[in-house]
Amino acid sequence: MADDLELRFERTVQSESRIEPRDWMPDGYRKTLIRQIAQHAHSEIIGMQPEGNWISRAPSLRRKAILLAKVQDEAGHGLYLYSATETLGADREDLTTKLIEGRQKYSSIFNYPTLTFADVGVIGWLVDGAAICNQVPLCRTSYGPYARAMIRICKEESFHQRQGYELLMTMMRGTQQQKDMVQDSVNRWWWPALMMFGPPDAESTNTEQSMAWRIKRDTNDELRQKFVNMSMPQAEALGVTFPDPDIKWNEECGEYDFGQPDWDEFWQVVKGGGVCNEQRIAHRRKAHEDGAWVREAAAAHAAKHERKEGAA
Amino acid sequence: MSFDNAYESLLGGEDAHWAFGTGFSEALSGVNREFPAGVDKDALAAYCLMLGDDALIYSQRLSEWCSRAPELEEDIALANIALDLLGQARMLLTRAGEVLGRTEDELAYLRDEREFRNVHLAEIDCGPGPGGDFAATIARLLVFSSWRLALFSRLRGSADPVLKAIAEKGLKELAYHRDHAAQWTVRLGDGTDESHRRMQAGLERVWPFLDELFATHQVEAALQGVAVDPASLRSEVDGVLEAVLSAAGLTRPRDTKAARVAGRAGRDGVHTETMGYLLAEMQHLHRSLPGAVW
Repeated sequence: MADDLELRFERTVQSESRIEPRDWMPDGYRKTLIRQIAQHAHSEIIGMQPEGNWISRAPSLRRKAILLAKVQDEAGHGLYLYSATETLGADREDLTTKLIEGRQKYSSIFNYPTLTFADVGVIGWLVDGAAICNQVPLCRTSYGPYARAMIRICKEESFHQRQGYELLMTMMRGTQQQKDMVQDSVNRWWWPALMMFGPPDAESTNTEQSMAWRIKRDTNDELRQKFVNMSMPQAEALGVTFPDPDIKWNEECGEYDFGQPDWDEFWQVVKGGGVCNEQRIAHRRKAHEDGAWVREAAAAHAAKHERKEGAA
Repeated sequence: MSFDNAYESLLGGEDAHWAFGTGFSEALSGVNREFPAGVDKDALAAYCLMLGDDALIYSQRLSEWCSRAPELEEDIALANIALDLLGQARMLLTRAGEVLGRTEDELAYLRDEREFRNVHLAEIDCGPGPGGDFAATIARLLVFSSWRLALFSRLRGSADPVLKAIAEKGLKELAYHRDHAAQWTVRLGDGTDESHRRMQAGLERVWPFLDELFATHQVEAALQGVAVDPASLRSEVDGVLEAVLSAAGLTRPRDTKAARVAGRAGRDGVHTETMGYLLAEMQHLHRSLPGAVW
């Protein structure tokens, strides 16, 4: 019986059909998905902080509205993704507890600080760009609710990316101080953006099984290469350079050669030693704990209301 | 969009969308922007600054909740309200700027504190800073949106076609803000002992700032048929607040008036001590890079 179920699951995945919440699935598949989707949801929620850092200081009302709307979208993405985990039997409250206790990860990129307003544009261009490269293949991932959430998220992310790039284009047409601000920001974010694809394939532990289950569709190194290939013409159009002396067009391969990020720094940040790791978690924990009485009140009110309706 | 090239949309041509929108569109594009005959244009500009600054400064305060709300849904809702108000502020500052020969950004970023015309209720800290909590935030939203909704529903009859259009557009937004605040007031008033105590304290926090909302200013008096006399809103707003507080099991605080300085308050450019810090944060980057384009 169990073998039949497993066989049917394997066939569904191999034939590129979708697994839906009520279908049988192996425990490992369920756990891997919950971990991956939760990590993605946490990334959206923690990602609100570095950009939210500039809402109060945005230098024009139009940019303030765009930034506020973008950060609001990130909360929305977190919400769709937590909902997708709930279709797998996870619980949002439990996942939030795991996040604030440091038992689940989020994207390490958000442990870098946003130091100037140009960072808002560079995050849109490079960080959202890298996220889209990572996420576009997930629109065809084997788990239905995740794939559908990703289609919507990718569309919105792509719009954010365009807004970020447009901000940088505008700044590059401005004063010398603004141009310097953009280049400085690109210098700080380029390597962390490349790290967003994860460690080199040889060191990546989760890739093989996830590829077989069609949860993951390309390897870290493939996606990283794709990202560099796409970013270079954009940098040239913008008039900025990447801080990598080894980056150059390779005629033979038809793509760019490039240097390796500092993987020691990557692991240091992943393990909690980045500039903002503690701050990001403390901020999220404070919001969650300060809001506990509000959530309790809402639940108590709803329960009283139900009792009244039941009695009527 | 195709999913093969993440950068496709950077080159334009693809009509992607926000999940929630920035709350500012060219909604007023077809509206007649001529000034009505006989209107005192300086008074009209001052009036647009009053209503625009209320929305701008309150939006600045509300957006402080971003990433700090008790629940994700509420983070989204408060950001949404802040965006609506920012949109209203931009339209009103733009209208004021048509008289004054200044852009919305010049008015938002290059005026000094004494030139801001917003009421004190918009600028005080009601949380997430030390000046309040989520309950005080809801108390302010309830009072502010009930007042502004009543104001905008009368402003639809303004002789100024732009103010009329702004009011028409803002009404639906403000009705949602008031509904959101009323629902939370009831939930918190009725929920637990702690939430009841906090909600009552939140009302006490904002109540002294009510009186200023209904005081007729000489600018409003000079704009018969264009501006709304706020004194005429009092009974309607009182009725709304009574109804919500009664449903929530809360007590209407005793009417006290926040003190004025020689009779002057926000509408005259005399603000609370927190205003300088709020503006310092909001304006510093814009002022640090003169000549920059954003």
